[in-house]
Amino acid sequence: MKKIIELKNITKSFDGEPVLQNVNLDIYDNEFITLLGPSGCGKTTMLRLIGGFETPDEGDVIFLGKRINDVPPYQRNVNTVFQKYALFPHLNVFENVAFPLREKKVPKAEIEAKVTEMLSLVALKGFEHRSVTRLSGGQQQRVAIARALVAHPQVLLLDEPLGALDLKLRKDMQVELKKIQKQTGITFVFVTHDQEEALSMSDTVVVMSEGKIHQIGTPIDIYNEPVNAFVADFIGESNILDGVMLEDYKVSFSGQTFQCLDKDFGKNVPVDVVVRPEDVDIVPVEKGQLTGVVTSVTFMGVHYEIIVDVGGFKWMIQTTDFVDVDEHIGIELEPDAIHIMKKSEYSDLYGDYSSFSNELDELSEVSEEDEE
Amino acid sequence: MKTSVTRDRRRVLRADHLSLAPYTVWAVLFVLVPLVFVAYYAFTDNNFQFTLENIQRFFVSTSSVIQDDGSTQEVRTYLLIFWRSLKLAVISTVICLVLAYPLAYIMARAKPRTQKIFLTIVMIPMWMNFLIRTYAWMTILQDTGILNNFLSLLHLPNVHIIGTETAVVIGMVYDYIPYMILPLYSIMAKMDTRLIEAARDLGCNSLGVLRRVIWPLSLPGVISGITMVLIPSVSTFYISQKLGDGKIMLIGDVIEGQYVANNLHFAAAIAFVLMILLLVCMAIMRKLAGRHVEGGL
Repeated sequence: MKKIIELKNITKSFDGEPVLQNVNLDIYDNEFITLLGPSGCGKTTMLRLIGGFETPDEGDVIFLGKRINDVPPYQRNVNTVFQKYALFPHLNVFENVAFPLREKKVPKAEIEAKVTEMLSLVALKGFEHRSVTRLSGGQQQRVAIARALVAHPQVLLLDEPLGALDLKLRKDMQVELKKIQKQTGITFVFVTHDQEEALSMSDTVVVMSEGKIHQIGTPIDIYNEPVNAFVADFIGESNILDGVMLEDYKVSFSGQTFQCLDKDFGKNVPVDVVVRPEDVDIVPVEKGQLTGVVTSVTFMGVHYEIIVDVGGFKWMIQTTDFVDVDEHIGIELEPDAIHIMKKSEYSDLYGDYSSFSNELDELSEVSEEDEE
Repeated sequence: MKTSVTRDRRRVLRADHLSLAPYTVWAVLFVLVPLVFVAYYAFTDNNFQFTLENIQRFFVSTSSVIQDDGSTQEVRTYLLIFWRSLKLAVISTVICLVLAYPLAYIMARAKPRTQKIFLTIVMIPMWMNFLIRTYAWMTILQDTGILNNFLSLLHLPNVHIIGTETAVVIGMVYDYIPYMILPLYSIMAKMDTRLIEAARDLGCNSLGVLRRVIWPLSLPGVISGITMVLIPSVSTFYISQKLGDGKIMLIGDVIEGQYVANNLHFAAAIAFVLMILLLVCMAIMRKLAGRHVEGGL
């Protein structure tokens, strides 16, 4: 695969506040890559560096082998779909999409053909003469995409483009975007703080926080093999326990020894143990490797989400079997349900559900979005 | 259902009308009534009988002017003065626009603190009396004034500005430029910077961004700036009297002269015609600009 963009040792700060710290990233031709992280993690800054709206304090931005640190945005073969679309209010739908072509002095007939083609790609045929201010959020979104794609950039940057849409529309647009990316073969660099969105759309996910990249990988790798407690917690739900790697394929935690599939950590090394809630099997107490008391049960539609107190540590378990609050249950873990990670600075920060509440989670998400 | 909605709406409208009452009264008293009086005086004679004579006089009355070669020429007195007023006002307005536009843009993009300082600097002259500002320019521009003293100091030839159209234009630009800067600044400060980024992203260099995004979006500010500078410039009389040294007579001077001479009906007629001509000018301009400002504004 051909590298299209390389970020090399990028450091960037605003007013002495470091936003990106020695970041390295390769972006390959024709891939759908997502920069994922909580707000303030530097993902938007990274996008703006590629777009040319910021220059790095240190390090290089390389485009097809050429250093482009000082190339202004209008000379880069990269277009952006902005967070709140940034459509030109003084132009109608047609003129918004035709904007980059007019700048390039493309012949009139060709503009007409290309704009029409783009508008049908985003399912907005017949909207040519509408004022962009009178479109719905989803329609504005699609005009912005058409406008960014019409000049056939090699890379399309998308800055939380679905953030302002309601859930249903958001899901539709996710499918739509993926389809457009496949059809056009253009590299998409997508920024989001929504992990579900990242997992379902991307070829490659880049997990970031505090100006650093934690992990780069396919959605499946990121989910199944998180490198540290931050990634494990940020992507999906995880129970993260303190453990000791006794020897290859043998780990002990919660006072028990388990078989696992991990090796090469050495002998008697402290590690973080990740168990996804859906990988836990509930068995009768006498058959359980661990036992605990159910403290809460929430019906989620497809499954129940239960919190189980196992010797003071609260596990989250997703199960389709009904259990009642205060019931004693046994827990069984298959070797492939257990994932071992090296200890990191994030080790004790995440993964215990003692203070868990759905409501609290949603509240913090809302305030996060407000900050953006 | 539908009828109750419209009834509700009507009720809201009525409430709106009620709360607007004080302003309506104010507007009627201080805007409408004076205008009616102007029109009434314009179309009546000294005995308050209807007549078109005053209006006619503005268009047809002539006087002879001595040309440079000594010959005399008959000219339409008031039309000539009106054209001169319009010419100087248009020149001043254009200069104001050219100076104010980049300044307003720089202000709008500056840090909030700097913006405040800029704004204060722009407004400070407005706190001083208009007459005093004009007198200040007299002392600067006079043949023995500050400017010429300064030029002498540098051993440069002196310039004769006072009593020329240039002096009047300088005065107008100085006095009215804040009225150009402020509306431009306020519309540019509100402009979404992401639109500028979007334009750069889509292939525009700085000039392209200015021509295709900033300029069309700032047009409403340009129009109100032009309105607020052109109209007082056309009808000014004090600046032309002082800086024109009495040699540059403008339409405002004529109205003032007729008023002082107690020719109220003719003064009103000139004012009335001036108003109509300006309204026509503004309507044409709005129509032309409106074509570029379609949608969203």
